[in-house]
Amino acid sequence: MSASPKPDLITVNVDGRDVAVPKGTNVIEAARLVGVDVPYYCYHPKLSISGNCRMCLVEIGMPAVDPATKAPIVDPGTGKQRINWIPRPQIGCATTASPGLHVRTNTAQIKECREGVMEFLLVNHPLDCPICDQAGECKLQEQATGYGRGYSRYIEAKNVKPKRTQLGPRVMLDDERCILCSRCIRFCKEVAKDDVLGFIDRGSYSTLTCYPGRQLTNNYSLNTVDICPVGALTSTDFRFKMRVWFLKQTDSIDPESSVGANTVVWSREGVVYRITPRRNDEVNDTWMADSGRELYKQNRAPDRLMVARVEGQDSTPAAALAAAADLLKPAAGAVAVVGSGRSSIEEQFVTRRMANALGAGAFLVGRSDPGDGLLISADRNPNVRGALVTGLVTNLPSERLTQLGEWIDEGKVRCVVSVGEDLLAAGLTEAQLARVAVVYLGTHANATSAIARIVVPTFTVLERTGSFVNQQFRLQKFFQAVPGPAGAIDDLTALTRLLSSVEGEYFPPEPAAIWPEMARAIDVLQGITFAGIPATGRLLDGSRWAGLPFPEGPGLHFQPAAKP
Amino acid sequence: MKLKPETLQRIDEIIPHYPVKRSAVLMLLHAIQEDVGFISTEAIEWVATKLELQPINVLEVVTFYPMFRQKPIGRRHIKVCRTLSCALRGGYQTCETLEKEFGVHRGEVSADGEVTIEFVECLASCGTAPVVMVDDDLHENVDCARARALAAQIKQEAARRG
Repeated sequence: MSASPKPDLITVNVDGRDVAVPKGTNVIEAARLVGVDVPYYCYHPKLSISGNCRMCLVEIGMPAVDPATKAPIVDPGTGKQRINWIPRPQIGCATTASPGLHVRTNTAQIKECREGVMEFLLVNHPLDCPICDQAGECKLQEQATGYGRGYSRYIEAKNVKPKRTQLGPRVMLDDERCILCSRCIRFCKEVAKDDVLGFIDRGSYSTLTCYPGRQLTNNYSLNTVDICPVGALTSTDFRFKMRVWFLKQTDSIDPESSVGANTVVWSREGVVYRITPRRNDEVNDTWMADSGRELYKQNRAPDRLMVARVEGQDSTPAAALAAAADLLKPAAGAVAVVGSGRSSIEEQFVTRRMANALGAGAFLVGRSDPGDGLLISADRNPNVRGALVTGLVTNLPSERLTQLGEWIDEGKVRCVVSVGEDLLAAGLTEAQLARVAVVYLGTHANATSAIARIVVPTFTVLERTGSFVNQQFRLQKFFQAVPGPAGAIDDLTALTRLLSSVEGEYFPPEPAAIWPEMARAIDVLQGITFAGIPATGRLLDGSRWAGLPFPEGPGLHFQPAAKP
Repeated sequence: MKLKPETLQRIDEIIPHYPVKRSAVLMLLHAIQEDVGFISTEAIEWVATKLELQPINVLEVVTFYPMFRQKPIGRRHIKVCRTLSCALRGGYQTCETLEKEFGVHRGEVSADGEVTIEFVECLASCGTAPVVMVDDDLHENVDCARARALAAQIKQEAARRG
């Protein structure tokens, strides 16, 4: 046994290779570190260990010592310390690494164990992968190929169970496919705190059930679909719509609150089919809210703005932006810019510059609603902290644009640029808006877009590339998954064009091209490049804003700063 | 669901005997079934509230053990052993005879609500197979003739009760 390189690390040996792992690591994770795959179904790194699938069986042993003297016993044949192997296999998920632990995953016994476990799991599992919705992302399918015997000896009749049980509004259960791993049950109990699922009956009659009279309705129910290793739990929204191997995966961020849950957007030929969580141990683990998964529907919503308008006439985005510039330049000094907490930090930076160039006051519209203590926070804007960092605003936004209303009443403002914000919903009156020219850049129709002098349709978060700063002051990137509609224009392109026409200098509409300037101008962003932001985000120094009364309460991996 | 005061008293005695409340589920269900005769949905929810659990946790236990009933049974509970020794010595015929005598299928309650016949796993008296239990009393070597006599006795007792 080699000495531990660090006090909190211990050395274990997996298939003949030493690896240093943190204390408390289990054998599955230790093996992963040396690139050894230990197959499993019921184990999940973010849930409690139940150890019921038996797929992760490994052989373990400890170095032999003389019981009396504690001196190592050396094998004369090899000259190395002998290993006392436990004759029976142990489950890797529930075996915590201890110093000197030896693990074997490649012996004949383990091969036989895995074949045996696979055979039992497949006894009552339908072998109809070609018509199963999970095919292509099914652990059972993958591991039957990797570790199964390759043919079935089973000639008896299989169990018949309900095929289409609606567990809740978003989750469908096919009981025949369930392999009773209990991940969904543990998720509901431990993470969602909505303990409604359980197994009733026993043996091969065991059936996953929701307590009669109750439903799996919590806003995290679709995570059970993600963690289901087989095709038992499927999303009613996604099932049988598209084969997963046709879908392109793009990293994105859930924009529904300042939590900034990491997501993957699954799309094909410009159409988004689903959104699933992406693991980030510092933010959302492997979970996300159901509400955030439905946001892709906004891309093709009937109220989507598809064509630019100038003075009520259909136009092109380029012409509309030119018209907007013609409107804004002469009005400089009497312009107000209503930025957005839903814009990326790059867009907010350009918005700030534009406001400066026009001598305009900049506003932001706050959005708050009680958080759920998990992955939806009280601040329903994804990027208010980005607006603070870029200096777009210096204080937390209010939900109502009272000050802007006063300025309009006093005649200080003749022209208002709104980046996706409904000014009427934010407290301005129709009479006030009638006194100013409104330039509206946004994705969907609302009362403000209806009366705006110039409307420029823009892209949703799934159609843009940029970054948000979440409640932890973590800078996180999102990427364009699908192209935007033909009649619309990327927000950043629209804003840089407006800025160009005001300042008379060309600004490239690329986050990567804006970052060098942003990093120069803003000290907390110093040294950061867009490409250099890791996939799991980068923490910024938010201490300057620590005194602000942020609305967020405690959530997963988030503890609000103590109020001064 | 109305539990007898002594059942309630027993339940409150049972709970502190366990390190965590959850562990008392099985004993509470036994107490309730003894009192009421079966475990109703109401009983499941009552136990869940009592032990600070969710109803699904109790339902799992109730459905796991075949001896917990979710429906009422007849006044007399006749259990006929179906396991190997009894089966070899004519347990199936015994069960069929009893079914014929009372005019009821196994698992069902007779029309007059008097008996429920169940064909159960081993009653642990293989040496005297086939065996039958009527409520808590074991009857040994119950061949078809004895089964008929047993049925007659049960009917007589029912008639006497009125």
